[in-house]
Amino acid sequence: MALYSEKVMDHFRNPRNVGVIENADGIGEVGNAKCGDIMKIYLKIDNDIITDVKFETFGCGSAIASSSMATELIKGKPVCEALALTNKAVAEALDGLPAHKLHCSVLAEEAIKAALKDYYDKNNIAYDAAIFPDCASCGHCSSENDG
Amino acid sequence: MQIYLDNAATTKMSKTAIEAMLPYMDGIYANPSSLHLLGQQANEALFHAREKIAGLLGCDAGEITFTSGGSEADNQAIVSAARIGEKQNKKHIISTAFEHHAVLHTLERLEREGFEVTLLDVNENGVIHPRQVAEAIRPDTCLVTVMYANNEIGTVEPIAEIGQICREKGVLFHTDAVQAAGHLKIDVKEQNIDMLSLSAHKFHGPKGVGALYARKGIRLTSLMEGGAQERGKRAGTENIPGIIGLAAAFEEACENIDRNAEKTTYLRDMLIAGISEIPHSILNGDAKKRLPGNVNFCFEGIEGESLLLCLSDKGVYGSSGSACTSGSLDPSHVLLAIGRTHDIAHGSLRLTLSEENTEEEIKYTIAAVKEIVAYLRGFSPVWRDCVSGKKDFIIK
Repeated sequence: MALYSEKVMDHFRNPRNVGVIENADGIGEVGNAKCGDIMKIYLKIDNDIITDVKFETFGCGSAIASSSMATELIKGKPVCEALALTNKAVAEALDGLPAHKLHCSVLAEEAIKAALKDYYDKNNIAYDAAIFPDCASCGHCSSENDG
Repeated sequence: MQIYLDNAATTKMSKTAIEAMLPYMDGIYANPSSLHLLGQQANEALFHAREKIAGLLGCDAGEITFTSGGSEADNQAIVSAARIGEKQNKKHIISTAFEHHAVLHTLERLEREGFEVTLLDVNENGVIHPRQVAEAIRPDTCLVTVMYANNEIGTVEPIAEIGQICREKGVLFHTDAVQAAGHLKIDVKEQNIDMLSLSAHKFHGPKGVGALYARKGIRLTSLMEGGAQERGKRAGTENIPGIIGLAAAFEEACENIDRNAEKTTYLRDMLIAGISEIPHSILNGDAKKRLPGNVNFCFEGIEGESLLLCLSDKGVYGSSGSACTSGSLDPSHVLLAIGRTHDIAHGSLRLTLSEENTEEEIKYTIAAVKEIVAYLRGFSPVWRDCVSGKKDFIIK
């Protein structure tokens, strides 16, 4: 069986929404190079609608595919829908990820949340801090080496 | 287009090996322990294969034990030396930080049993100095195990000199020669080797078969209970087709060793020169003291698995020391051992050649690697930070 689904390979080979948005309304960067993946999401938000989204990713095939799929899932959507995006939804939209790659979809969810938090902060919009888990809570970078 | 550059992982079987094996799957399929004529024919083939391999290593046939491959041979050699050592109250073993996991994990198991293990630093170029071994040997050292050539970065270790030191100090010396056998010359007597592991599929032989050389007088510990095959040191019906294939492939590799090395080294150096043109890239391991077919680079700002997938789409098959390719979070222990940081060890690429590769393939590969590295850097936030000066380049 192939490591990745056709969907993952499609998004890896032809990543959607790659790039940078100048003067973005929200930017989120998560992960670290030590662990091998970093995702950066740029958002353009108009009237509470995500009108444009771009990403840059340093990471493996599933990290790139997860970023691409996550941007597709929130583009044109209201902020509240983007906030509700889960890693599970990203992984499902990709027809699944191998177990040891699920953290890539977690990273995609976190990158979007980080960008939305940045948008709220920049615009002084009040929010409940509990909806934005901090990076340390995911455990990805400290989880067991399953070599 | 299909360019196979993953020969350190495994090689394509040679026609010679395949043809040598076929009769032992088809006609002479009997168990070599059987007394009937067909069994004795299989036994005779086993005898000749053992003689042939012993001749190529410079030892006696009785010093060869067939195993399921390099990992089993490494396990058996180390465990045997440990059992001999503990009888004399010697429970200290010396090895290096960048051995294969078949060695490192066996040593970890022995540590849990109470053995003490010293792992020598392999230096930035991936080569240890024999003096390091001399300085690390203690009165209670029972074994020194140092690989002949590294599987990831291809560096070649001074094993004859290390063997000499061990001989003088009366310590057993084992070398994991899995990457070296069939590619670098071996003479166990001249090189002062007490035990040596090799694996057939690294030199165009079949998978699932290897051999352990143990100098006469070194009592091997059996890792498996069962029949009395291999002088009672390795239970289980002998893998006759595999052993015949091993012998045929090893003979062919040794006969052509100089010619193959010359051709592969030429292609290797061409590939190294081409990839070196990529900015912020670095060769891993000594440029000269390395296997004829090994090329290993780190690239700043990209991750190895995506590089491999892109290369595969272009028909170039390589491997990486990136964590993402191994299922673990840590990148290659070999790259970390030579001082690469996690950040750039994730961006490694290993391309391992054989004499069957061509100049055209190497030129195509250089162009493909250049294009893909540039493409992936184009949307890497790490690369952007380095280029914009927000972060320092690790690879200058």
